[in-house]
Amino acid sequence: MSALGVFSQLMALVLALLLAPLLTGWVNQWRHWLQNKSAPSLLQPYRTLHKLFNKDSLIAEHASPLYRFAPYVVFGCMLLASAIIPTISTDLPLSPAADAIALVGLFALARVFISLAAMDVGTAFGSMGARREMLVGFLAEPALLMVMFCASMITGSTSLTTIVETLAHRDLAIYPSLLLAGVAFTMVSLAENARVPVDNPDTHLELTMIHEALVLEYSARHLALMEWAASMKLFAYSCIGLALFFPWGVAEANAPLALLLALPVLVFKLAIGGMLLAMIETASAKMRIFRVPEFLGTAFLLAVIGLLVNVLLGGT
Amino acid sequence: MIKFVPQLINLFATLILLLSFAMISQRRIVSLIHLFMIQGAALVAASFLLAYVTHQPELYISGVLTLLLKVICIPWMLHRMIRKLNVRWDVETLLNIPTTMLIGIGLVIFAFSLALPISRLSDAVAGGALGIALACVMLSFMMMITRSKAVPQVIGFLSMENGLLFAATTVTNGMPMIVEFGIALDVLVGVLILGVFMFQIREKFDSLDIHHLETLKDE
Amino acid sequence: MPSLTIAATWTHLDWVLIVVTAWLLIGVVGIAALRRFRFVAVVLFPLGAIFSVLLMAVALSAAYATPEVAVLPLGLPQLPFHLRLDNLSAFFLLLIGGVSAGVSTFAAGYFRQGEGTPPGLLCLEYHVFIASMAMVVLADDAYVFMVMWETMAFSSFFLVLANHRIPEIRSAGYLYMLVAHVGALGILLCFGVLQANTGDYTFANMRAQHLEPFWASIAFVLAVFGFGAKAGLLPLHAWLPDAHPAAPSPVSALMSGVMLKIALYGILRVGFDLLQTRIWWWGVLLMGVGLLTALFGVVFSTVQVEMKRLLAYSSIENVGLMCAGLGLSLLFSSYGMQALSALALTAALYHMLSHAFFKSLLFCSTGAVLHATGERSLGKLGGLIRTMPWVAWLTLVGVLACAGLPPFGGFVAEWLLLQSFLFTTGLPSSFLDMLVPVMAALIALIAAFSGFTMVKYFGVVFLGQPRDEKLARAHDAGRWERLGMLWLVVGCVLLGLFPNQVIALMEPVTQRLVGGGLAHTVADSSWLLVPVNIDRASYAPVIFLLGVVLTFGLAFVLVRRLYHGRLRRVPPWDCGHPWQTARMQDTAEGFGQPIQQIFDPFFRVTKQQPSAFDDKPIYDVKVEDPLWYWLYLPVARVVEKLSRIVGQLQQGRIAVYLMYSFATLIVVLLVVKR
Repeated sequence: MSALGVFSQLMALVLALLLAPLLTGWVNQWRHWLQNKSAPSLLQPYRTLHKLFNKDSLIAEHASPLYRFAPYVVFGCMLLASAIIPTISTDLPLSPAADAIALVGLFALARVFISLAAMDVGTAFGSMGARREMLVGFLAEPALLMVMFCASMITGSTSLTTIVETLAHRDLAIYPSLLLAGVAFTMVSLAENARVPVDNPDTHLELTMIHEALVLEYSARHLALMEWAASMKLFAYSCIGLALFFPWGVAEANAPLALLLALPVLVFKLAIGGMLLAMIETASAKMRIFRVPEFLGTAFLLAVIGLLVNVLLGGT
Repeated sequence: MIKFVPQLINLFATLILLLSFAMISQRRIVSLIHLFMIQGAALVAASFLLAYVTHQPELYISGVLTLLLKVICIPWMLHRMIRKLNVRWDVETLLNIPTTMLIGIGLVIFAFSLALPISRLSDAVAGGALGIALACVMLSFMMMITRSKAVPQVIGFLSMENGLLFAATTVTNGMPMIVEFGIALDVLVGVLILGVFMFQIREKFDSLDIHHLETLKDE
Repeated sequence: MPSLTIAATWTHLDWVLIVVTAWLLIGVVGIAALRRFRFVAVVLFPLGAIFSVLLMAVALSAAYATPEVAVLPLGLPQLPFHLRLDNLSAFFLLLIGGVSAGVSTFAAGYFRQGEGTPPGLLCLEYHVFIASMAMVVLADDAYVFMVMWETMAFSSFFLVLANHRIPEIRSAGYLYMLVAHVGALGILLCFGVLQANTGDYTFANMRAQHLEPFWASIAFVLAVFGFGAKAGLLPLHAWLPDAHPAAPSPVSALMSGVMLKIALYGILRVGFDLLQTRIWWWGVLLMGVGLLTALFGVVFSTVQVEMKRLLAYSSIENVGLMCAGLGLSLLFSSYGMQALSALALTAALYHMLSHAFFKSLLFCSTGAVLHATGERSLGKLGGLIRTMPWVAWLTLVGVLACAGLPPFGGFVAEWLLLQSFLFTTGLPSSFLDMLVPVMAALIALIAAFSGFTMVKYFGVVFLGQPRDEKLARAHDAGRWERLGMLWLVVGCVLLGLFPNQVIALMEPVTQRLVGGGLAHTVADSSWLLVPVNIDRASYAPVIFLLGVVLTFGLAFVLVRRLYHGRLRRVPPWDCGHPWQTARMQDTAEGFGQPIQQIFDPFFRVTKQQPSAFDDKPIYDVKVEDPLWYWLYLPVARVVEKLSRIVGQLQQGRIAVYLMYSFATLIVVLLVVKR
């Protein structure tokens, strides 16, 4: 555990905290431009967070302590997730603490706490949101796990840092199973981050709510933490996608120059990713809620076929 | 560069499998035709790559033939047919889509385990893709079975032919040209006949649902 | 004349026998004080719990020791009781001791308010139950095994019938007894095959036999059938969802937490220890049956509307997962891949231990809720976190552990299981090579489902608004109940945070059974769980927990420091809707409805839906088990028909009966003359 390692770990955390709202703002801007509307400023999410933190928190009369501390737990989970995903460096002292399976478990923990908090207030919206969130989650989580397994079978490890190092160092090779895993991963991230075609992040209609229904009752600092955690989730998913499918440019241990270079590379990759996300969102229509299990089921089965193709082709 | 080619062929094979799977889970007929076109294009690309690596000019001709037929000619005919018959959706399937996909996975495992020992023996360039081609054939066959409107069944038939062609190409580095031409002619005539057939069904029953054909039994 | 052989100093086996005798004595004292609630509850049950803790300590110490044997002069003249305490038995004794300590303490507070049977009798049955389970694990020959097995079945039968005045409970008990005996028949036949015509039924003799593959396979299939009936594997599972809810909650906790594991102990003992050969398709059979059971259990648990049935189906799911782990271990072992086999076996054993703790915790919590509210249907509960905070927060730990979330014990078991499924390329058969990743996918799916079920359980029971007015008068659990649940919670947490130490305990077991172990890789670091090597996979639960707690604390403090912490209580926003009743929340059936729609072919749904013209609209949905109608009822009808045919022998006339005896006599004389 060198000083550079600790530094890169802290950098990863700080970057996740600071860049996540920026990524959300970037995606929003592109969505507006593609729909021929004028976009809000890139820094708008920061201003929204600041505004929310300043407000008084209003909590339902009969809400329990679970409701009050769920946003902190969710925020903590997302921060811990960002700490173990190799965004700019693979030299992360915390990464042995959790591997890919534990990462999926971390997301599941956050999802369970959000759903329980939504059920706590006892309104129709809350329980509906909890039910829909768990429905999306119960198919998305195994699909994500299978995508990770595709990468693990190729590299022989479930530790994310080892996966990135192995994939980046191999001679440029095309892995067909990663194609299938990539398609599955895109579908899963659209579902988990509440994007069109699964959920509309701008909606206020009951028929189309999933994520919005979960945070409906929250206000002020609790809402700020939940929204921040949601953007950090999008950031984390994008970084996982980059780590599994485009791992070049991530610094290794004892390479301070590479670390400096890794930051612009990351920003560049995320910018392109955000643009693509906005394009997918604009080009698709939101699907009906009971088509979502089919959508996610397809993602799951595509990831499983990716595993099988890997066995068939011998991992070439 | 040469060493990339087998990997690229495997990539195209995976793309073809992906498209077969996507066709099973699609409901809209226009999207089905588009997916079929892309599948044809991937097949053409794989043929060209194989021709480049094995230095067999016949595979170029085979690729061009596939391009003309599967990517341009037949999709255009299908589009025309659809516009005339005015079908857009295929809502009724024999089994619901999740069950179909689960059976699809079973078929994929079956095809892969069948092909593994053969592909280990084969010394063709892309021998490993035999399992994928076999899986495509089975998935298309299943699509033919579980759809209840005529147009997706035709597309399933054509996609099955795609898979067979791909299987032949990968294992034996292409088929003799005579066989190619014969099959191409058969497919073209088959589609024409099926088109006429569909018009007749439509006129008789005022719908393209093949369940109506069951009333033609002798009771 | 066989005699009691004891070493000069007290051995572990002696201590265990002392504990067993103590439990039996407690039971007898309970009979003497038949209707004295307070005495039984405050003195006898906690005493039993103390002996459970003693059993745990003995088991911990015996886990590393060499096996000990003893021969008791009980039983028939030529068939004394052979007993043996080896590492496998010690592991299961640890499980029995640990869980029964918590459950007995809980029962001290629970049985305070009477059920149908007098409390002294319940005390006897309860302690006979745990004593017989401990003896099953110690058994070293088929005779004492079957005697103790039957005692276990009978005592649990009487415990299930504690409220025998209710007809549903009586029929649940009948079904339980029926399936238990069908299973016992299978086990008996299995032992018959294992002793291979030598007439000596001791396990030592069975180990020494070398059966042909055909007979070994017959024995294995019989063992899976027989022990599977008790464990609740498909298709012999139908008794579980009826018997567990029918029993009083501490008994359900014991049955789910401990008894199902004893059945799996049987499979372990026969499949891994007594049978010397290992054939690959045994493992595939176990995996297949296990995964089917798990999928069935979890899908059904999501659509249940009654608390205990939900948990019962969840137990079926977990038992299926454990079987799948055992099957994978057997598969690897048959190909000689010892390290991977040890990994899978460790995963299965870890799952058994953590499931025992969190499932008993959950059943205890249903008991507390039942006592406080008198309701067991999920449709009439809700909002209990406000009136029963102790029960709610302790149950939250159990719910998180059952959903397989880090940093609790259930996650470690799943993590190990997925690791063993992952690194499997290298199996000789290509078909198996492809089957294993697909099974890993199924396990991931099942684990995600169980999260759904647990959110439904906790959310509908404890969160939201109360669905009934009398819930406002619910009281929190008493001192004893809290203590019992706290003990189980501590178990769940310790299992989650210190996996290395627990795996070190299991090392002797896996070494003996499959010849490999994880301890040498695991012992390299005390806080990091590394099954193979650190580049491959690693997990540190303590750091995980610290990370979440630290960020929680930091965020809390920083937000208050940089901004403020002001709070106001207001009516809920609810998009501006002014009127909110408790009926506007999701019901339990509504929460599970998406799953019911997706998995419709699995269920047998009878619906009654109102039309627009009904004066009194009724909406009724019953989701039932299709296997009951496809398998159990037809088999029952066939048996009835056969019995009726055979019943024609009973003519009712004495002359005919005398003729039967006469004919038999003639036949016997003819045979003897030959």
